[in-house]
Amino acid sequence: MEHACDCERGASGDSSCADSGSEVSEIVRRCEELYDDLDLGYVKKWKEEHRSKAIGFLPIYVPRELIHAAGMLPVGIMGAGDSLEIIRGDAYYQSYICHLPRSVIELGLSGRLDCIDGFLFPSICDVIRNLSGMWMSLFGGKYVKYLDLPQNLAPALGGKFYRHELTRIRADFERISGREITDDRLRKSIRTYNQNSRLVRDLFRIRSETPELAPASEVHLLMRAGNVLSVEDHSSLLMEYISATMKTKRKKMDNARIVLHGAFCEQPPLGLLRSLENAGCDIVDDDLVLVNRWIKDPVSTSGDPMDALVDAYLHHSVANASKYIADDEKGRELIETCRSKRVEGVIFAAPSFCDPSLLELPMLQDALDRAGIEHTNFRYSEDMGQFHSIREQAGTFADSIKLWS
Amino acid sequence: MSDVQKEPSMVKQKDMIADHFRKLSRAKEDGRKVVYTFVPGNLTELIANFDMLPVLPEINALQSGMRGKSKEYIAEAEKHGHSEDVCTYVKCDYGMLKKGNVGPTGEKLPEPDMLLLSYTGCFTFMKWFEILREEYKCPVAMLHVPYQGEGEITKEMREYIVAQIRDDVIPMMEKISGNKFDEDKLKAALRRSAAAEDDLVWTLESAKHRPSPIDAYFGGVYYIGPIFSSFRGSSDAVEYYRMLREEVKGRIDRGEGPITPDGPMREEKYRLVVEGPPNWTSFRQFWKMFHEEGAVVVASSYTKVGGVYDQGFRHNPDAPLETLADYCSGCYTNLNLPQRIELLSKYVTEYEADGFMINSIKSCNSFSAGQLHILREVQDRTGVAGGFIESDLVDPRYFSAANIKNRLESYLQMIDAKRKELIAVH
Ligand code: SF4
Ligand code: SF4
Repeated sequence: MEHACDCERGASGDSSCADSGSEVSEIVRRCEELYDDLDLGYVKKWKEEHRSKAIGFLPIYVPRELIHAAGMLPVGIMGAGDSLEIIRGDAYYQSYICHLPRSVIELGLSGRLDCIDGFLFPSICDVIRNLSGMWMSLFGGKYVKYLDLPQNLAPALGGKFYRHELTRIRADFERISGREITDDRLRKSIRTYNQNSRLVRDLFRIRSETPELAPASEVHLLMRAGNVLSVEDHSSLLMEYISATMKTKRKKMDNARIVLHGAFCEQPPLGLLRSLENAGCDIVDDDLVLVNRWIKDPVSTSGDPMDALVDAYLHHSVANASKYIADDEKGRELIETCRSKRVEGVIFAAPSFCDPSLLELPMLQDALDRAGIEHTNFRYSEDMGQFHSIREQAGTFADSIKLWS
Repeated sequence: MSDVQKEPSMVKQKDMIADHFRKLSRAKEDGRKVVYTFVPGNLTELIANFDMLPVLPEINALQSGMRGKSKEYIAEAEKHGHSEDVCTYVKCDYGMLKKGNVGPTGEKLPEPDMLLLSYTGCFTFMKWFEILREEYKCPVAMLHVPYQGEGEITKEMREYIVAQIRDDVIPMMEKISGNKFDEDKLKAALRRSAAAEDDLVWTLESAKHRPSPIDAYFGGVYYIGPIFSSFRGSSDAVEYYRMLREEVKGRIDRGEGPITPDGPMREEKYRLVVEGPPNWTSFRQFWKMFHEEGAVVVASSYTKVGGVYDQGFRHNPDAPLETLADYCSGCYTNLNLPQRIELLSKYVTEYEADGFMINSIKSCNSFSAGQLHILREVQDRTGVAGGFIESDLVDPRYFSAANIKNRLESYLQMIDAKRKELIAVH
């Protein structure tokens, strides 16, 4: 990992900047270690120290507050990226299915997920849905739950159903953890996650205002760290990073301000994000690791905490291809983001064979055309190793934006 | 089907379809409202309750595939930015829309007055109707049917669906059609549905005979036509299934096998269970590969996408909304993987199949994701050999006749070898 600060160390004599730079580098290095650790060392250690259990969840969103309130560790499972050789996973998936499920199966069959005591499969697409059934037959001894998130967002309809789903997993978590989830405990967990979300929002604000201080690849690593770290540790990490990076003086580049969109499930490899940055893109927003920002506003900590979680999902969650939004204009939220963050162009990045992301794409492209926002698109896979053509495409896109905007 | 041998039920079905499309072409002048909806979880009896007419985009897409139009339609959709990776039904339908929305009978299809998004068993349905909503700007009723993640329909799932039908779907239909909901009329329709379902199940189960009088996959797609599409709950459907049953009974009595587009099938050499939808662009060629080899499909999962009736479900007129909820929840692609494995294994045993074959559809995640696992599990449980072929629904680029034929032939040879082994052992 290179020094994250572009100031000339020593030459300027600004030792505090140099210190913060190395602090940032150190934080990023820690995140990268977590990112690379497919054996989930942190999770094992956490379980040992807390004498508790871990619940894994697939993208995009689950209410982690319920897991936390049961004293367990929520662990986000987003595939294995480009660092795992798929040996058995390919025997489970045809070549025309996205890459994520095969790497998740590989992780499972190779024993890397043995430290996870239960799994939640949220209802975001047919692949994850079917994977839940496969998991039941392959890892039958473990808790497996398909979490049916509501598509009808009327409180009396989908809201009621969702509340019931949550009540069931609340009881399941109590059983698995042996700890009662009282309303007070749940409220406390909601508060803890609210604080984490606030820090994430702060980081995204900094990223948008001064992209050179929070490059996309670093932010991504920080967000990925949130998949494994306890929420408390993650919040501390975010605070550390924010404070350290604000003290650095990194060179501001004349880059194009970009939003990366469509990569909400299978994640692009880190190298791809770095390639985009090197191609002259300041990625000021994205939809990677969306669980940290799925709920846009603080969840209410007064009243019935289950109602608060339901309300958060129904009324305060982001627009996403996996969610049906009645009576709203397609792309409205993306356009608002572009406007509020002075975005110059959108790069749509979809995992190959990802129906939700790819079917959403033409609708969003039309919406951006109507709004006069530039865009380009490509497909990727979590294990791709060559970024040359994507880098060229992104570079041309960024250049054209800078030239014509 | 060709004119080789047209049985009265085939003529009847053809007339029913022609009549339906005639009604659709006149819908606007006749003041009838049009509802687009999907096969799994379709609420046909309810649509008819308001005197509205259903259009099923999946059926249009498959018809386009059979008429050789899908290639052009898919190309049109891809021109409009749709990826080559996604469900080809969606692209075929979208391309058809962009090319003037001319339906299978050559007449223009009316635009929808309402989209009934029966979100059952396939995520892509949601995206599909969002795309249509962008085009037609018409009201959409979302009917979220929860998935049987744990292999059961719970009370809460049922209540959720019923509440959506009662509070969202019915009021929207009343508003759009200008007609009031008539519960007695619905009950009468559901009674007719159940009668037709009895005869459909009888027909499908006739494949337990040797030789099987039907092909429950290639032939089966014709048999499910009326009940999976616009006719469930109608007197026409009751009559059609009565006729079909009589004809199949006649074939059993005469010891005959299925009728194929090339005439009656001769010898039944292999009895297969098939999982997955067929290919439509080369449907006849595909079927021919099987019947020429003496392979008859005795049970299939595709003929359960619009309802798994052979496992006991019947529409129940005494609980009209609840029965609709159960119907939606029970469609094949709304079953979880262990349930699908269970059902397919049961078919292999009950229908005394020699083999189990999967036709994996390149662009259908709902069916295809997990099929390799299904293959192994069914093999392990039943001891029969599994075969795997790949094609697509309506994208001719992904139908490689030579490859499929090769795979099928080697697969059947494998069954032969297994048989010999068994004889040798005994
Ligand atoms: S990448 Fe897309 S298709 Fe694959 S599991 Fe994720 S959402 Fe589903
Ligand atoms: S993905 Fe499969 S089930 Fe869904 S609409 Fe397409 S063909 Fe039908």
